[in-house]
Amino acid sequence: MVTLQLENLGTRYGKVQVVSGVTTPVIQPGTVTAVIGPNAAGKSSLFKRIAGLASGEGRVNTGSAAKQRNTICYMPQDTGSTAVLSVYESIILAAKQGSSLRVRDDELDRIDSILAALRISDLAARNLGELSGGQRQLVAIAQTLVRDPKILLMDEPTSALDLHRQMEVLSFMRDIAKGQNIIVMIAIHDLNHALQYCDHAMAIRNGRMVTYGPCADVIDGNLLRDVYQVDGHVEVNSLGQSHVVLRGPHDETKSRQTTAVMHAAATETPLAAQ
Amino acid sequence: MTTNQGSIEAGSVQYKARSLRRFLLLLAMAMALLLSIAVDLATGPANYALSDVISTLLHPFEATRQMRVVIWEIRMPVALMAVTVGAALSTAGAQMQTILANPLASPFTLGISAAAGFGAALALVLGVAVLPAFVEFMIPLNAFAMAMGTALIIHFFSRMRGVTVETIVLLGIALVFTFNALLALLQYLASEQALAAVVFWTMGSLVKATWTKVAVTAAAVAIALPLFINQAWALTALRLGDAKAESFGVNVQGLRLRTMLIVSLLAAIPVSFVGTIGFIGLVGPHIARMLVGEDQRFFLPASILCGALILSATSVLSKTLIPGAILPIGVITALVGVPFFFSLIFASRRKSW
Repeated sequence: MVTLQLENLGTRYGKVQVVSGVTTPVIQPGTVTAVIGPNAAGKSSLFKRIAGLASGEGRVNTGSAAKQRNTICYMPQDTGSTAVLSVYESIILAAKQGSSLRVRDDELDRIDSILAALRISDLAARNLGELSGGQRQLVAIAQTLVRDPKILLMDEPTSALDLHRQMEVLSFMRDIAKGQNIIVMIAIHDLNHALQYCDHAMAIRNGRMVTYGPCADVIDGNLLRDVYQVDGHVEVNSLGQSHVVLRGPHDETKSRQTTAVMHAAATETPLAAQ
Repeated sequence: MTTNQGSIEAGSVQYKARSLRRFLLLLAMAMALLLSIAVDLATGPANYALSDVISTLLHPFEATRQMRVVIWEIRMPVALMAVTVGAALSTAGAQMQTILANPLASPFTLGISAAAGFGAALALVLGVAVLPAFVEFMIPLNAFAMAMGTALIIHFFSRMRGVTVETIVLLGIALVFTFNALLALLQYLASEQALAAVVFWTMGSLVKATWTKVAVTAAAVAIALPLFINQAWALTALRLGDAKAESFGVNVQGLRLRTMLIVSLLAAIPVSFVGTIGFIGLVGPHIARMLVGEDQRFFLPASILCGALILSATSVLSKTLIPGAILPIGVITALVGVPFFFSLIFASRRKSW
């Protein structure tokens, strides 16, 4: 059984310390953790450091005796590709890194079932260049799942998806976490989605972990003000769910009359790479 | 997300069918290459019937002595040189395009061929050995050293921040001009005899091919090939972007550097023997990509076969365009390659690549 515990984790990008002193309690398998924070807070860098793709101080304790190759998988933000490769080939690529040139039938069967589970079987023969942003995200998720990770770090997997697919992907990832008993961490901007689909939240600001805990405890008015610099609060909506209500940016337009009930994501500028 | 009930098998079934089709395509290309070699052997000042050539190949000692000498000792090294040089240059181009993520990359367009040419001319004209240890192999070693130096310049330049596909091409153009200017300077200084050698050599020609040169070029390909095949998945993953490849566990920087070094070997050896034969390294991989896609398990052999086939066919062309004369093969590949190069530049890069 794999657990995850970060111990004083840090990393640099060039000479800049982009992540420092991140320490968490033991994160249990079968849970989904939302990693939240403003753009350039260090979410991607933290993920890369956890996955071992960036070096730096601290320790990543996975609690598993035998370290397999794909214990921790990082799914980077989508960048698109001009490669003359089909969706199916790109998923084979993810599965076969470091192993034999021959592709076995059971490996193909596995890819078929992952495509079916994500309901993108019809994209299999398409070229990568023909995909929409949303389709690319789903293919990227398939590329990650095919490697059978025990700890899955997803960098804004829902950023290019419409509302329906955002919710579909998040509930799918939640099912995977529970069903396969793995740890899923998702960098996400939409706090309402975090409240709805994630068990825990980890708030990051300026490369440091501000707080970690159950979503309902972490996401509140203080977090909105301290981490996002917006005024707002969390209330129970008509469906009985916790819901983020935003008034507006902190300290600038406090006097704004309208109270907008909206997704936190809507206040975010369209993300740029961090 | 469209539901696709009842066709869950579709992905792997399509994939298998596509793989089989690609395999057959490779087989067909190999057959075409054999045919092209046979035609190449049959054409020349004395034209032979294809059937006579084939019977001489199969039963050398039943053929007439003259036929045997012409086919096996005169034409065969040239024909095989075309094949090995085409294969080496096309492979070099394919991997340069892969690691630089640049459809315009090739030994010729980025100045590696020009650098190798300058290195060889240094040996031909001034007798200067860049690597003083092996004087008898001065020409190929000079070419290789200069090619590798240039490949490393391109490699490290391409790693700098803010460097785009276009700026790498501009750097390549600058390198081509620099080495051509230096070459012109050497030509100016050269003795008449050395000048003839250099000029012959800048045009690119197969006619001085020998069995030894064929063997060395073939050895370079034979060394490079397993190294590339071994990295087939990683090299293909590079085409998904660095971030994605890294997340798959590929050591992107190391792979790039190693590949660039092998590429400079593949680019330098042919240049040192047959001179600058342009555009095979650009055109070969592009045709291969159109035929079989970019899965290196197919792309690599397809690039090799394409390059070999193109140069072998060009060799035939160089003997038949003007009856009785053998045109320098580099001139023909450039004339055919330049329009193709332009079409690549002007075509929407996103589409064809």
